[in-house]
Amino acid sequence: MLEFYTEYWPDYWDGTLVTLRLVVISFTLACIIGVIIAGFRVSPVPPLRSFASGYVALFRNMPLLVVFFLAFFGVGDLGFVFGPFPTAAVALGMYTGAYMAEVIRSGINSVSSGQAEAGRAIGLGFIPLLREIVIPQAVRTVIAPIGNLFIANFKNTAVALTISVFELTYISRKLINETARTWLSLLGAAIIYTVILLFAGWVFRTLEDRYAIKR
Amino acid sequence: MADALVEMRGVNKWYGELHALKEINLDIAEREVVVVIGPSGSGKSTLIRTINRLESIQEGEILIDGERLPEEGKGLAKLRADVGMVFQSFNLFAHKTILENVTLGPVKVKKMGKSDAEEKARGLLERVGVAHQADKYPAELSGGQQQRVAIARALAMEPKVMLFDEPTSALDPEMINEVLQVMLDLAEGGTTMVVVTHEMGFARSAADRMVFMDEGEIVEENDPESFYKGAKTERARDFLSKIITH
Ligand SMILES: Nc1ncnc2c1ncn2[C@@H]1O[C@H](COP(=O)(O)OP(=O)(O)OP(=O)(O)O)[C@@H](O)[C@H]1O
Ligand SMILES: [Mg+2]
Repeated sequence: MLEFYTEYWPDYWDGTLVTLRLVVISFTLACIIGVIIAGFRVSPVPPLRSFASGYVALFRNMPLLVVFFLAFFGVGDLGFVFGPFPTAAVALGMYTGAYMAEVIRSGINSVSSGQAEAGRAIGLGFIPLLREIVIPQAVRTVIAPIGNLFIANFKNTAVALTISVFELTYISRKLINETARTWLSLLGAAIIYTVILLFAGWVFRTLEDRYAIKR
Repeated sequence: MADALVEMRGVNKWYGELHALKEINLDIAEREVVVVIGPSGSGKSTLIRTINRLESIQEGEILIDGERLPEEGKGLAKLRADVGMVFQSFNLFAHKTILENVTLGPVKVKKMGKSDAEEKARGLLERVGVAHQADKYPAELSGGQQQRVAIARALAMEPKVMLFDEPTSALDPEMINEVLQVMLDLAEGGTTMVVVTHEMGFARSAADRMVFMDEGEIVEENDPESFYKGAKTERARDFLSKIITH
């Protein structure tokens, strides 16, 4: 068993790096999209609000695999051909971004409108109000759900194997084909996912404890 | 009353179809304490919320110390700082300590130095009797204590007038008096106040004038003694008979 892993460790390592790159890029994109779409959703401009609701509805109700196929084969059919990795990063980022928008919006809504009024009443303008009152509290309430999204996004990178991104799950499948040692091949990937995500979970819990609001 | 601190002239406000304030004319002089009373939905909250423009108005004008309330924007934020507001539900900033709740306005709006603001805040917290709670968070305080902090937070801006919207009606009975006492002290000290409250004891000892509202109108203005003994209008008498029997 150990020989198996010493022999194929370089493959796992390469796969892990691809997965991590995919996670970092797609999750960053999801955060950016989430902030923009959430901003649209709470904005006073009706067309922006409708656009944002439409976006969220679309991506939350489609299986991720369909999003990937649409992004890769569908968009490819239209004549825009991108490599598997950029396609996967953008598709996953847009998908997680829809969930992120909902999380951020609920964070904003969790700050009582009374506090916002109290802030206005002492003379805070719109930006200082967001900076001093709304955002600090919204951030604290969204740490845990964002942690969950991060973990989901991490695991969802595995779907990228379907469009031939050489990430961790792709690698373990490749090892199955090459060595016929199904169980060992998959166990390697499982251990790597679990170790990394246990660590990520711990980081988010620590952040949450540190920034939790005393109530 | 040319030197009124707050002047409301022909103020009308609608929420959609609902005519929430009807042709309100009200002058409040410096150092005056006005108590606003009336049935639920009569527009008391709406009235005082228009004074710092937490609610906009469609007709008329409101002047604070001779200055017209501007539309939303920088000027408005500045004028708002001149009008302190205390809410029924305290609305303390949950993520900030008691001290930070009180220093936020002076530091961010008045650009006061942090240590000056803290010194001043501690003085105010002393005055409302919660100095020893300065480093706690709002949720760690009782309702009465939170409301006193909210008063200190408003006072920290050195407002020209203080507005109170039912400041004691969310409190347990045993905490009402500690808040009313702070308000009585303010009234005695000459703070200009507009108070929505049904606390008759407070009105009788502190109010210079009672304003009775019904269905968006000011129906009667009177001094507290005459108002409670024998209001001029049928509608006010009717209302008083209801609140006094239960
Ligand atoms: N944001 C709003 N949108 C629509 N209608 C509103 C809004 N705020 C208040 N109203 C309506 O305006 C009227 C006056 O409300 P207001 O809150 O000023 O009454 P109030 O005298 O303070 O009553 P209460 O004693 O219950 O606090 C009510 O009919 C109320 O339903
Ligand atoms: Mg009210």
